[in-house]
Amino acid sequence: MSSLETPSPSAPVAADGIRAPLTKKALTADHPTWCPGCGDFAVLASFYKVLEKLNYPQEKIVTFSGIGCSSRFPYFVNTHGGHYLHGRSLPFAAGISLGRDDLHVFVFGGDGDGFSIGGNHLVHTARKNPRLTYVIMDNSVYGLTKKQTSPTSPIGFKSKTDPWGAYDQPINPMRTLLNSGATFVARSHAGQVNHMVDMMHRAALHDGFSVVEILSECVEFNEGAFDAASPRKGGAWQTIELRKNDGTPEDAARHDHSDEFAAFKLANEPFPGRFGVYYENTTRPTKNALEQKLIVASREKTKNASDLDLMQKTFARLR
Amino acid sequence: MVTPNNPTSGDRPVTPQSLAVEATVPDVVIRLAGDSQDGIQAVGGFLARLAGRSDQEVMTYMTIPSTISGGASIFQVRMGSGDILSAGDRADVLVAFYQHSYDGHRESLRPGGVLLYDSDHVTANPDDHDVTAVGVPMTSATVEAVGGSSKEKGKNIYVLGLLARMFDLDVPKLTQLIHERFGGKTEDLVRNALLAFDAGYAYPAEHLRHILYRLEKPAHQSGSRPNVTCDGNTALAYGLIAAGVRHGAAYPITPWSSIMETLRTELPKYGGVFVQCEDEIAAASTALGFAYGGHLSITGSSGPGISLKMEALGWATMAEMPLIVVNVQRAGPSTGMATNIEQSDLLQAIYGSHGDCPRVILAPKNVEDCFYVALEAGRIARDYSTPVIILSDQAIATRIEAFVEPDLAALMGATLPDVGPRDAYYKPYPLDRITHHAPPGSVMASGKYPIATGLEHDEHGHPTASPVLHTKMTAKRREKLKTLAATLPAPELAGDESGDILLVGWGCTYGPIREAMARLRAGGTRVGHMQMRHIHPLAPGLEDTFARYRHILVVEINDEGLYGYGQLATLLRARTCNPAIDSITKTDGLTYKVSEIVERVARKTGLADPSIGHRSKSILAVNVR
Repeated sequence: MSSLETPSPSAPVAADGIRAPLTKKALTADHPTWCPGCGDFAVLASFYKVLEKLNYPQEKIVTFSGIGCSSRFPYFVNTHGGHYLHGRSLPFAAGISLGRDDLHVFVFGGDGDGFSIGGNHLVHTARKNPRLTYVIMDNSVYGLTKKQTSPTSPIGFKSKTDPWGAYDQPINPMRTLLNSGATFVARSHAGQVNHMVDMMHRAALHDGFSVVEILSECVEFNEGAFDAASPRKGGAWQTIELRKNDGTPEDAARHDHSDEFAAFKLANEPFPGRFGVYYENTTRPTKNALEQKLIVASREKTKNASDLDLMQKTFARLR
Repeated sequence: MVTPNNPTSGDRPVTPQSLAVEATVPDVVIRLAGDSQDGIQAVGGFLARLAGRSDQEVMTYMTIPSTISGGASIFQVRMGSGDILSAGDRADVLVAFYQHSYDGHRESLRPGGVLLYDSDHVTANPDDHDVTAVGVPMTSATVEAVGGSSKEKGKNIYVLGLLARMFDLDVPKLTQLIHERFGGKTEDLVRNALLAFDAGYAYPAEHLRHILYRLEKPAHQSGSRPNVTCDGNTALAYGLIAAGVRHGAAYPITPWSSIMETLRTELPKYGGVFVQCEDEIAAASTALGFAYGGHLSITGSSGPGISLKMEALGWATMAEMPLIVVNVQRAGPSTGMATNIEQSDLLQAIYGSHGDCPRVILAPKNVEDCFYVALEAGRIARDYSTPVIILSDQAIATRIEAFVEPDLAALMGATLPDVGPRDAYYKPYPLDRITHHAPPGSVMASGKYPIATGLEHDEHGHPTASPVLHTKMTAKRREKLKTLAATLPAPELAGDESGDILLVGWGCTYGPIREAMARLRAGGTRVGHMQMRHIHPLAPGLEDTFARYRHILVVEINDEGLYGYGQLATLLRARTCNPAIDSITKTDGLTYKVSEIVERVARKTGLADPSIGHRSKSILAVNVR
């Protein structure tokens, strides 16, 4: 290998056994700044559980975010991490992942961060498929700046920028993600802790760019927005049953999450729609793997020459 | 017939020594004017590489139309012995491929110079007796020599042969270069090129015996290492790799792109990754992600793209992340002129992000310096956990120079991410020392993991709006660059160490200013020259140096602004409060000619004769009556 070698990748499985298991206590950092009742608390609690389950070495976990209420997330998780620019956390996280294949990279953000100012990055990160997990906490409103229309605000939503009710067509997150080529697309609700844990856990284990959109209510500026999916509030909680390929007649009615068209069909269901794994593609190689392949091929071609040899040959050609 | 590449022709029947007329000249400026698809850049490149391999000094200059294909284009190469600092104001030889080349560039030829025109395309003015005009049927002669269906392709190599004969250039070395250039392609290509070369080489012996010259041999051989020849973007790209850069990200834009292309193809060989991103912001962000991972990382662009990166650069300052940013400047504002030089991004580089956002700015003075500035940028970025902007420009990026091969064994560096454990006292943003980021993978003995953040923060990275902490942290980010400033060497001072005029420049103006200084001194004026490589922070002691001159004239390629001073002049006046600092600026999108600087200096300072030392006649004129 060249002189540049990052520490060897640690597989996304349980740790070496010598360490004490990762606990919520070790993972807890600053106390959240969110308003009482905010859905993001439940997302955070679920994420601790996911990390406990995954039990990665603590120093190999990275949490990053953009700007917004939900983007305060990394301050509340005791891992390496950071707080980047509004909308730009995905290309930043891609840099972490591609430069350090040994790390487990999680990105958090809101709907404005992901679908509005960062919309183009979402599309291109999905296209490139770097190995990282992205959790979008969608409250369908700009909360940190106190109630402006967001890209997922429904038509008719009254905000400070649309006091008469929003009339721009909102983004359909599932369709956007599927269309961009994200290789793992799931949807959950902050009122369903076990479901969130399951979705984020699956996303973390996915080899590629995995996205979980979580409807997370802003009690201050968009109260009741997701009641339609909340049985306690009189709504219907409809999960996606995944196909088991067990040959039973009822299995045919279950969702084949490797089928892009079936996923699009689900994505087109009217609000509040369904929750679960919409789509997973396990065959498309990650950008991490493709870049590594390029490195191996390039180094084979140069017969694993040292950095100095390579450079000296280059300058010999410039003579 | 002289056919140096035809092994069956045996000894050369006519050697240069046997010719009656032959003068030795110290250096020559050759301008090739044609269209961009004619391969005149290739010929210029051959001449430059040859000069480099012959231990001769060389400097090139070219204009390329920003259109995709076609459009008038020139390549000017100056080669010879002694210091070649600029590509030459006017040419000694003009090769005109078309009528528009002749019409457009005849004036660039010095009186007494040689005009070679393609008589198949050009009608020269018969009454023009100021120059030696020679029509050569370049197109038809090439077609005849190469034959087949290749048509006139190869007339550039025909011209190379012609020039090789005119100046008694080293044919084996040129033949070798042709083999290297075309050898990877089909055999036909090499054969055709050599046929065209031979035909061009043969022509002067029969037709141009009155204009044969020889270039003076260089006085001394350069050290033990050989010369290399390349353009500034190439030198910068390899300088970055030598500095230890193995990761980066960018978006294509002229004239930055060739650095990105080089890094994308080279870095995988070194185990690295270079990402082409969806936009400039993503590129800066991905590069910062690499840096956060512990790598020395780079992003780059030209003016418009740098504007887009500004928010990310602000984050790099706030989070104190090492990052190298290259700006290959072009003429602005907005899309401006993509293939023209301007030095108008200096204040943007220093002040371009919102907030108090100190960062380091370096400017290479020539092609060779691109390599060394990259090394220095890497060292500073790492040592001071700061973004470092390298301000190159279109002129340095695209011109070819020869320089002594760097001592690679001594200079090459690469470091792994520092993921060693951090002790219990580690703070991500300590107030009493320079920040050194702990990349992920490092175990924290305290059990507390650090946050890199763009929010104002305390020593542990926690967000804060404390008036005291914002004041202290702002000072911390400022003071580390003052610590750096104290270590910077005084800028190199040439010429008179005190006297009438100090010429100050930065970037691509180095050569023309140095030559202008020599001319002015030859006329009896006491003149010094200082080329600034460290733009921000400035090296200490400038005010003492400036105080030794009556006039300090800052020569730049940017606008004089609302208050009459160029961008570096503005900065230096603010820095030193010296009213003797004045400004020489221009915004024509072209590099300075030496005569332009001499004339502007004379006007500013009331010097009598601005034509002092000016070579009005071509050096080739010795042969002409």
